[in-house]
Amino acid sequence: MALNDMHAEGVAGIVDRVVAHYRRDSNNMLQILREVQEACDWIPPEAIDRLQAVLGVPRTKIEGVAGFYSFLYTQPRGKYRILFSDNVTDNMQGNRALMERLCSSLWVEPGKVSEDGLLSIDKTSCTGMCDQGPAMLVNNRAITRLTAARIDEIAELVRNKVPLGEWPADFFQVEDNIRKADIMLDSRLQPGDALRAAHARVPSDGLMSSNMRSWREGLPSGIGGPAAMLDEIKRANLRGRGGAGFITGLKWEACRNAPLKAGQQRFVVCNADEGEPGTFKDRVLLTSYADLVFEGMTAAAYAIGARRGFLYLRGEYRYLLEPLMAVLERRRKEKILGTDILGIPGADFDIEIHLGAGAYICGEESALIESLEGKRGTPRNRPPFPVTNGYLDQPTIVNNVETFAAAALIALNGGEWYASVGTRHSAGTKILSVSGDCERPGLYEYPFGVSIRQVLADCGAQDVQAVQVSGPSGICLSPAEFERTIGFEDIPTAGAFTIFNNSRDMFEVARNYVHFFQHESCGFCTPCRVGTSLLKNLMDKLHNGCGSPYDFAEIEKLNQLLQSMSHCGLGHTACNPVLDTIAKFRPAYERRLAQKDFVPAFDLDQALAAARQMTGRDDPGAHIIKEEFGEDA
Amino acid sequence: MSQTFILDGKTISFADGQTIMQAATQAGVFIPHLCYHPDFKPHGSCKLCTVKVNGRQTASCTMRAIAGMVVESDTPEINAERLALTQMLFVEGNHFCPSCEQSGNCQLQATAYHLGMMSPHFDHFFPNRAVDASHPDVLLDFNRCILCSLCVRASRDVDGKNVFALSGRGIKTHLIVNAKSGQLADTNFTLDDKAAHVCPVGVILKKRRGFAVPIGERTYDKQPISATAKAVAEER
Amino acid sequence: MNAPKKKLKVATTSLAGCFGCHMSLLDIDERLFTLLEHIEFDRSPLTDIKTCSPDCDIGIIEGGLCNAENVHVLREFRDNCKILIAIGACAINGGLPAQRNHLPLTTILEEVYHTSPGLMNGMIPNDPELPLPLNKVHPIHEVVKIDYFMPGCPPSADTIWKVLTDLLAGKEPELGHGLMHYD
Repeated sequence: MALNDMHAEGVAGIVDRVVAHYRRDSNNMLQILREVQEACDWIPPEAIDRLQAVLGVPRTKIEGVAGFYSFLYTQPRGKYRILFSDNVTDNMQGNRALMERLCSSLWVEPGKVSEDGLLSIDKTSCTGMCDQGPAMLVNNRAITRLTAARIDEIAELVRNKVPLGEWPADFFQVEDNIRKADIMLDSRLQPGDALRAAHARVPSDGLMSSNMRSWREGLPSGIGGPAAMLDEIKRANLRGRGGAGFITGLKWEACRNAPLKAGQQRFVVCNADEGEPGTFKDRVLLTSYADLVFEGMTAAAYAIGARRGFLYLRGEYRYLLEPLMAVLERRRKEKILGTDILGIPGADFDIEIHLGAGAYICGEESALIESLEGKRGTPRNRPPFPVTNGYLDQPTIVNNVETFAAAALIALNGGEWYASVGTRHSAGTKILSVSGDCERPGLYEYPFGVSIRQVLADCGAQDVQAVQVSGPSGICLSPAEFERTIGFEDIPTAGAFTIFNNSRDMFEVARNYVHFFQHESCGFCTPCRVGTSLLKNLMDKLHNGCGSPYDFAEIEKLNQLLQSMSHCGLGHTACNPVLDTIAKFRPAYERRLAQKDFVPAFDLDQALAAARQMTGRDDPGAHIIKEEFGEDA
Repeated sequence: MSQTFILDGKTISFADGQTIMQAATQAGVFIPHLCYHPDFKPHGSCKLCTVKVNGRQTASCTMRAIAGMVVESDTPEINAERLALTQMLFVEGNHFCPSCEQSGNCQLQATAYHLGMMSPHFDHFFPNRAVDASHPDVLLDFNRCILCSLCVRASRDVDGKNVFALSGRGIKTHLIVNAKSGQLADTNFTLDDKAAHVCPVGVILKKRRGFAVPIGERTYDKQPISATAKAVAEER
Repeated sequence: MNAPKKKLKVATTSLAGCFGCHMSLLDIDERLFTLLEHIEFDRSPLTDIKTCSPDCDIGIIEGGLCNAENVHVLREFRDNCKILIAIGACAINGGLPAQRNHLPLTTILEEVYHTSPGLMNGMIPNDPELPLPLNKVHPIHEVVKIDYFMPGCPPSADTIWKVLTDLLAGKEPELGHGLMHYD
């Protein structure tokens, strides 16, 4: 299909069409490159030539962006680009064996393109299907519940060059798996209700003055809705659901009060770059509660005075793009998005969807903004913060999907109602993405304050050794801690809840996470770029049986360095899984310290293999024996 | 210049908007750095200039000075971490000083001397990186690139050419040049560019000048890199 | 410095190195006499002793690891010396020999013995007397634990003198500006 397009239209034609669609605006570079690739299967040099010519941007900028994102290819990767999700839960579900099966069935080496150029098979970071894994992406379309039989079917389809659009629909079936619903997942919001409620609300005393510089600047004075909306968010004591827990009301107010220079405006950005391994709640919210999310964004725009919004959707959720566009279009028709919202003249707000392309770092809000601007997703130096200097250097709020959904509920039912749910410092509910060793993986919504033990009981987890809360950057809990609770007072979380039973090797869990951070480090700062690689090498050294107490001390030194010197949260938290598992599951490491004294990270005898092969020698002198050293030293 | 802060027990004056690095350098206090250059917008990526401000670590090249702040820089703890970062840069690339034209003028090397680096400590990556000798006047040896992006900033912000950029991600991040061929000769780069003169290591080298000044008589052979801050202070 | 009761046994060797560091050691000139009041040389190119005594105090290693024999010698030193010192750029980061590391060993052997004219009738030597090359050249600290490092190509006589006298005085060696060089 894509190949035919390419022949009919030519690369330049494709580029011209995509560039026109994006208004020839190089701020949309990432979207442009993504769509060019969708049409061409990769980003050929001729496409870059054409982009350079029609956008008038230097080649370095285009290549710099294309080179940053895992899902953009400047080398051919085949007509079928297969990526196995490689989260620890996928490992537990047997993804490695399935990948080997597919590779041997299709005669292709992992990471390489098949000799006929038809396909490539590789691994990718968690694709957010942990509740129905093992999972893969084929040309960025998610396939779930992989089995050996399904792998064999896929091999057959690829061999027969069946277009992806004609593959069995049930391959692409993604279940919501809502296991426990509370105020959010049980809400039956009629689109527009929350906006009408927000608009009708009268502000409390004292907020009227701050309302004067609001979004409604162009409207008749005296409309207190925006200030009242902000007031309700504050009253709700809503805190960010992305994990850090910043107070939403303060963020919105800071953005609303940020001065605008001539020609500037404010922006609302929804962070749907749900990349933390083990998290998949945003996938479900955007599948079945998209109106709630968009309504929350619109209410936020109303409160801070924004006319443009973005949903930054992770590339792994590409399949949600068309359904979400349809929801936006319906909302425009219903006059709850677009111009003159609810029939109020000048009440304008619209939402664009931007897709990521395989970069976990873009979940960091300033990196996300860089990516929205069509750049490499490198976290900015802060201050200044996005609330004053965000998208295109203009005031911007960035909130999590679940935060906006909660904001819609608050707009509808008021802040007091919301604050009455949960605990004193953690108002409302939290959706947990439960996966790993349990009978019923899926979404569980609880009022804050729920204990780990309760969640484990509800999802049918037995013989539990550990729970990783909030993904690799979060915390690893041992059974002694299962009375602890979810909430900002105790364990804050973005929602991942990954369960490990007693058969699991916690060292290997940590090693998977270290590999993840190494792969996702943006490379901007020295400690994270090099440190995550060194840490990965050391964990692999232990895995290979070459670890000694020396290497263990090195790991601890790197942990310290990453925490203190890194540029952003990725580096600061990259060692968390190692620190936690060392502290709580030390025997898993001690088993790995097979060597009393330092030994090399590589196999010395293997390092002679090439020379042995070339000389045809296999005499004793052509080998280096491991035991020669170390035993008697 | 009426506002002050404390740096390692010393009172430092600063003007509004100045960073800790700028104020310290003006006062003759050296803070190790590689990606910072007074002529360009600070980048904050090498992290060598990390200091402790009121107990929290931050890059001094991007952090604005605030009156009354207490800053620690020259402490054994911070210098040990700076040393580890320097060692990381040495093992990440291919830094063979004896065969490098820039030896003695190299800020990475001089910073390693300053921090007392006796060995690179970590296992070497020995990456496979290219050398680009296509340009008539300039040699590019990517083996030594530390990704400070000074040439990127100079070419973009001063020369208005965008000859250089970073591509790739993570440990695969690398410097690229603005040509389809990937060759410097096919760009509009010249020796007059600011970008030709900002590389702190031995990536961007003028051809036929390598040993015009003999080893042993070069910048950091004569004085340690820490003397550069004093020179700035004396000039004022 | 106070003369120790018993002289320290010092062994030295050059692995994948050029003996330049050993030349620099000799460059300490008349200070060698002072040094010899405190040390005696064991296995070393200076003594022509072929194997380390089991009770060496200090081993000084020049050069990196290029082949199997280098590994055997390095292990012998580690097994028999209380303290190991890496001397010079090659021991510390592989140095000049390590600049082959970006090429696969197969390519190098092909180029040298098959493609280029002249050697061994186009045969790669396979005599068991010859040590096999490792696929990459490694600094010695990647294979055994190294206690001290003396950078330089070679380190100057003054640098060597400073490190050795610091060690003999029981101090952590420290090189200030002028003594610390990588070139």
